[in-house]
Amino acid sequence: MGEVIVITSGKGGVGKTTTTANIGAALALTGKKVVLVDADIGLRNLDVVMGLENRIVYDLVDVVEKVCRLKQALIKDKRFEGLYLLPAAQTKDKTAVSPQQMQELCQQLKEEFDYVLIDCPAGIEQGFKNAIAGADRAVVVTVPEVSAVRDADRIIGLLAANELMDPKLIINRIRIDMVKRGDMMNIDDTIDILGVDLLGVVPDDEKVVISTNKGEPAVLDEDSLAGQAYRNIARRLMGENVPIMDLEMDEGFLAKLKRWLSIGKKRAY
Amino acid sequence: MIDLFKFFGKGESKSKDIAKERLKLVLIHDRANISPKFLDMIKDDIIKVISSYMEIDESGLDIRLSRIPQGDDTYSSALVANIPIRRVKNMGPNKG
Repeated sequence: MGEVIVITSGKGGVGKTTTTANIGAALALTGKKVVLVDADIGLRNLDVVMGLENRIVYDLVDVVEKVCRLKQALIKDKRFEGLYLLPAAQTKDKTAVSPQQMQELCQQLKEEFDYVLIDCPAGIEQGFKNAIAGADRAVVVTVPEVSAVRDADRIIGLLAANELMDPKLIINRIRIDMVKRGDMMNIDDTIDILGVDLLGVVPDDEKVVISTNKGEPAVLDEDSLAGQAYRNIARRLMGENVPIMDLEMDEGFLAKLKRWLSIGKKRAY
Repeated sequence: MIDLFKFFGKGESKSKDIAKERLKLVLIHDRANISPKFLDMIKDDIIKVISSYMEIDESGLDIRLSRIPQGDDTYSSALVANIPIRRVKNMGPNKG
């Protein structure tokens, strides 16, 4: 029996879909059987981020309404052994499925797959309720900005109210240069405010934009820092103890020298 | 003078610290709004304590979190309670 993990954030645009795609691909790279479920009915995007948009025949709503069998709607990602996508419907809205139906769908998928990753829509309404209905665990994605952290806090409260305790936090798009200047909340600040466990930190990386342009998950790019971060996150999800990446490793010689010379100055991490 | 400090990187209030402070404050309210239970618990306890000294109008009791402006353009959180008193109990001259 597999595990259902919902990836949520409250606020839109913090990288839920990119995170879902990359964690899924990274899990598949380790040999796990993974299905990505796009729960953002009416605003589907996981397909295009994954580069699978041209292969959709049936979608999640078709499965729920029994227009097709579950197997028929699953798209196999040929680049990753064991990775599948269940796309959202684009012409319906969030009310097309109920939490009860999502629960049943998750139950069915769990029997087939090691990991069922659900890409939750932004917001706290019906779409959110559907997405979390069948979940065993939750991952909350945020970026180090006041609006995103505030929404993450609200989501953590709502998850707890729905008996999804101890969600794990991903801090996305952190900018080390800004953290060093004191112009961006660092890892400790964010965890301190939200009071949840850290699952991983993903540095702001242009390569994510480039790989999304091409419809290829960043985990395929060996040189991408963000790709490395997602691979680490996948291993942590599997229960491995992987230390948080030293995000200062790419700092230049001058910056290092400056830090050495500034005696007694606290490091950001 | 402030600019001089800024120039040397001292005494400067970092924007991330401002963000953190603002967030902490706003989350006090957000979290309290999520669970009205929280305020109810406080309310019950306050009624218990005050009732041993005075008779209060429980239905008219109003308790909520509020933002109190400080002099320097910032706000701090405050628990504001409005408790209508019906009668102060006579505790005797030595107990007051």
